[in-house]
Amino acid sequence: MIAAGEPAPDFTLRDQDGEKVSLSDYLGRRVLLVFYPQDFSPVCSDQLSIYQEVKPEIEARGVELIGISVDHPWAHKAFQEKIGTDTRLLSDFEPKGEVARAYGAYIERVGHANRSLVLVDAEGAVEWVHESPTPLEIPGANLIFDALETVGSDA
Amino acid sequence: MRGEGETLIVYADLGCPHCAAGWLEICERRASVVFRHFPVTSKHPRAPALHAAAEAAGRQGRFFEMVDSLYADRGRVDDPHLWERAERFGLDLRRFEADRRADEVAARVRRDFESGIRAGVIGTPAMYSPS
Repeated sequence: MIAAGEPAPDFTLRDQDGEKVSLSDYLGRRVLLVFYPQDFSPVCSDQLSIYQEVKPEIEARGVELIGISVDHPWAHKAFQEKIGTDTRLLSDFEPKGEVARAYGAYIERVGHANRSLVLVDAEGAVEWVHESPTPLEIPGANLIFDALETVGSDA
Repeated sequence: MRGEGETLIVYADLGCPHCAAGWLEICERRASVVFRHFPVTSKHPRAPALHAAAEAAGRQGRFFEMVDSLYADRGRVDDPHLWERAERFGLDLRRFEADRRADEVAARVRRDFESGIRAGVIGTPAMYSPS
C-alpha cells in the first residue's frame, strides 16, 4: 500500500456520468480517495451511505470525497441512484484495477480493490492512508475525522 | 432508557429493515436499552421524519411506544399513520406536530448520529455495552 509522504500517482478515469476525471484536476484541493470492492455489495453500500451522511462535514474541512472501484460507469450510475449518494464514483474498469494497483490497494486473487482510504494533499502528495485488514471491514467515518484533525491543515 | 439490567446502547435507524428485525431480539434482552438515533437518510429517506416523530412522542413520555410501533408496522409510516399513532398513545396532537418539526428535535437526532459516527458506527443496528 502506498505510504504517507509519497507522491499520489496521477490517473485519469471516467466517473458515473462518463466524464474523464484526473487526480491532477484536484491540485490545490485535498482529496480523499475511497477504494472499495464493488458497487451494490451490502458492505460497500453501508460504507458509502454512511460517508454520504457526513460528506458535508468532510467537505467543510476542504476535502473532496471520491469513490473508486473496478465497476463500469453505468454500474456506478445505478449504484449512486440505489443508495442515494452524490459522491463522485470513478471507474477503474479497463485496464481493470490499474489505479488500485498503482496505490497498492488491489487484491489480485479476488479481482477488486481492498477497502482503503488515501488522503491526498493540495500538492498531490499522500497525507494519510488507511487499509482495512479485510474487504469485509468498513473503515468508520471516525477514522476520517481523526485523520483530518491530526494530519495536514484544515484549510 | 427502558428495561433493567446492564446498559445497552443501541444505535438504530427507524427506516432500516435490519433494525426492525433486530429490535424484537434487543427488547427481549435483560438490559437497560438506551436508544440513539442513527438515521441513514441516503438509504432511508423517510428516516429523519420517523426519528423526529419518536423524539416528539418522547417529549410526551411515549418514546419507546412510538419506536416499537414504527418497527412493528413498517408499511405505515406516512404522516397520517404517525397521527394515528399519536392519537392511539394519547398524545396532544398539536404539540406532537410542532415538536416533530422543531429545530431542537432535529438537532437532538443529529447529535445522536454524530456521537455514533465518533463511536465508529458503520451500520445499524450497532450495540455497545459501556461496562
